[in-house]
Amino acid sequence: MKSKILAVPYIIWMIIFTVIPLGLVIFFAFTTQSGEFTISNIVAMNDYLDVLFRSIEFSVIATVICLILGLPVAYLISRLAKGKQGTMLMIVILPMWINFLLRTYAWMTLLEENGLINRFFGLFHLGPFNLINNSGAVVLGMIYNYIPFMILPLYSVMTKIDESVIEAAQDLGCSGFHIITKIILPLSKQGISTGIITVFVPSVSTFIISRMLGGGTNDLIGDIIESQFLGNSYNPHLGSAMSLVLMVIVLLIMSLFNQFGSEEAVI
Amino acid sequence: MKKRFVLFVTLMLSLVMLTGCNGNSNQSNSSAVSNTSGKDYSNNVSDKSVNDNSQTEKIINREDIDMDTILSKFDKSLLSSYDYTRLKDKNITLNVCNWGEYMAINQDDYFDVNNEFEKLTGINVNYKTFATNEELYSKLKSGGGDYDVVIPSDYMISKMIKEGLIQKLDYSKIPNFSYIDKKFVGLEYDPENEYSVPYTWGIVCIVYNKNMVKKEITGWCDLWDEANDNNILMFNNPRDAFGIALTYLGYSQNTENKKELEEAASALKQQKNLVQAYVMDEIFDKIGGESSAIAPYYAGDVQTMIDENPNLDFCIPKEGTNKFVDAACIPTAAKNKEAAEMYINFLNEVQVAYANCDYLCYSTPHTGVYNLFDEEVKANPLRCPPDDYLNEKTEVFINLSDDTNAYTQELWNQIKIEKSKSPWLVPSFLLISLALTIFLNIRRSRKKKQDIF
Repeated sequence: MKSKILAVPYIIWMIIFTVIPLGLVIFFAFTTQSGEFTISNIVAMNDYLDVLFRSIEFSVIATVICLILGLPVAYLISRLAKGKQGTMLMIVILPMWINFLLRTYAWMTLLEENGLINRFFGLFHLGPFNLINNSGAVVLGMIYNYIPFMILPLYSVMTKIDESVIEAAQDLGCSGFHIITKIILPLSKQGISTGIITVFVPSVSTFIISRMLGGGTNDLIGDIIESQFLGNSYNPHLGSAMSLVLMVIVLLIMSLFNQFGSEEAVI
Repeated sequence: MKKRFVLFVTLMLSLVMLTGCNGNSNQSNSSAVSNTSGKDYSNNVSDKSVNDNSQTEKIINREDIDMDTILSKFDKSLLSSYDYTRLKDKNITLNVCNWGEYMAINQDDYFDVNNEFEKLTGINVNYKTFATNEELYSKLKSGGGDYDVVIPSDYMISKMIKEGLIQKLDYSKIPNFSYIDKKFVGLEYDPENEYSVPYTWGIVCIVYNKNMVKKEITGWCDLWDEANDNNILMFNNPRDAFGIALTYLGYSQNTENKKELEEAASALKQQKNLVQAYVMDEIFDKIGGESSAIAPYYAGDVQTMIDENPNLDFCIPKEGTNKFVDAACIPTAAKNKEAAEMYINFLNEVQVAYANCDYLCYSTPHTGVYNLFDEEVKANPLRCPPDDYLNEKTEVFINLSDDTNAYTQELWNQIKIEKSKSPWLVPSFLLISLALTIFLNIRRSRKKKQDIF
């Protein structure tokens, strides 16, 4: 009973700032400017399916790469001595002390045709390479900005894996590869699924990364949604419909993913 | 699991209904507001006609003052005779919303305009910025912005007038309006000039890097020239981008003709292969850092870029271009109209306007400031474009119909979105996810059965 009372402030917060706005999005998505019911906004989404699926494609790639990069890092940090763990975690979080926009802006100066990376290659008479204004740069921006959200949940789960469990497996003749696939991965499954959600969801709806690193030629669904509110025509109804479709599709992917999760649990 | 889902759906539905009611009541509220303010207008008009002749204009010449300190030191003796202290003890906070980097505040070499206003009048200034006209519009439209003074551009002013978002000004409280050049009074966006006091103006021109372009730059046609392949930057907003494409094709920038808009769209699509990036403020880095060679931008910012990088030069397009005017307005929802008018008057004090103009490098509609310019600035076509070019070749954006705006946005989105290679992407994704779900569920139920046995 006590715990419920403690949760009240957050529940009120959630209702005012999450549930009601969500309701408003649904309301706007199904109405016209004059407030009548319509599904034409959802139907209009047909024109933007390409861009929606490109956003999903990019963020899936970014999530997978984050996972591949994040797993070993998180494992290594979790096996360090307690004091060193804090320092290493700090290094992981360090970029997040700097504003998101600034971080992305910094990548612009790195990747430009006259940027630091191309100037470095220029020393060896290589390049200049076309590093910015393409889809690769957008995915890179996603990975860079969201990888801490992958490492942190992975670390917090892996740090709970007792060293003796791994030692026991080794005693019983388990090879290095099987320790990873049979012990570490199954035990850190919770962290993997949290990490995937915390990376995938913000990257599928991002808009500023694609504008700054994609050069405005690789617009994602986030840009299109933004343009309905801040673009030439103020159309919150179409914008809401797009957000709603995006939300439903993300939920679909999540549920699909969760099915995989429960599948593993059955094994 | 099912129960929870049903619960969620019912919760959602009830919320939809609740918010539906809210939305309606909001709408009726806002219309009530605009009605009452409609009454205010008529009062103001009569005020204006009575007090029209009470304006005093103070002419300041370069010889009369110390030009070395005019930017750094605020001098009260240069103020016009205006009662700035009448609201001193009322504890007013004035909310001002202006373009980013669009006023001489927090700069080392300039006196702080807002600080001086606060010291002079005892009114607190709460200064906010916006990045695009549309952002300001959606703030005012949704009731989120609680501003007393805003400085939008021409077409947005006419849109806001049409929708009752800004109110008529009492020009008797803004005597410094008499400084405004007659060329900028009563332009298309505010024909009777009842709503706005011009702040700055300029034209859209081309900035290019002398070392990086292969041919002489003459106009918009160079933005479609393959010689500049992958070195072109373009506006990342539909209004400016379509404006350029329409001028390039010889049409009016304010066209509502769908065929002309479609032609412009296909020109932009064709141009996309040559464009390096679509940018707004990122241009300072890309042109300044010599990553790109040529781009269209606003004259004041072009001047700033040229001052910072001597390899850059400008071109005033031969085909014609857009002339824009940013003007101070007071939203209908403003709480401190009198203080807002005082602020607008203060912005048009010669010294204040000169400091802002010098900092911004934009052109000025203020005759007192023009009077202070040295010969070099007066001869610079970027700061003071020649009159005959302005009359013959430039157009001011006016507000277009909602249909045209929506259509332009749609065309623009289609230009920006690259079509994916395969039309089967969407259906195949759905099919695969469906098949996977079925497969997983069947497997799971089988496993469960095995476990039971």
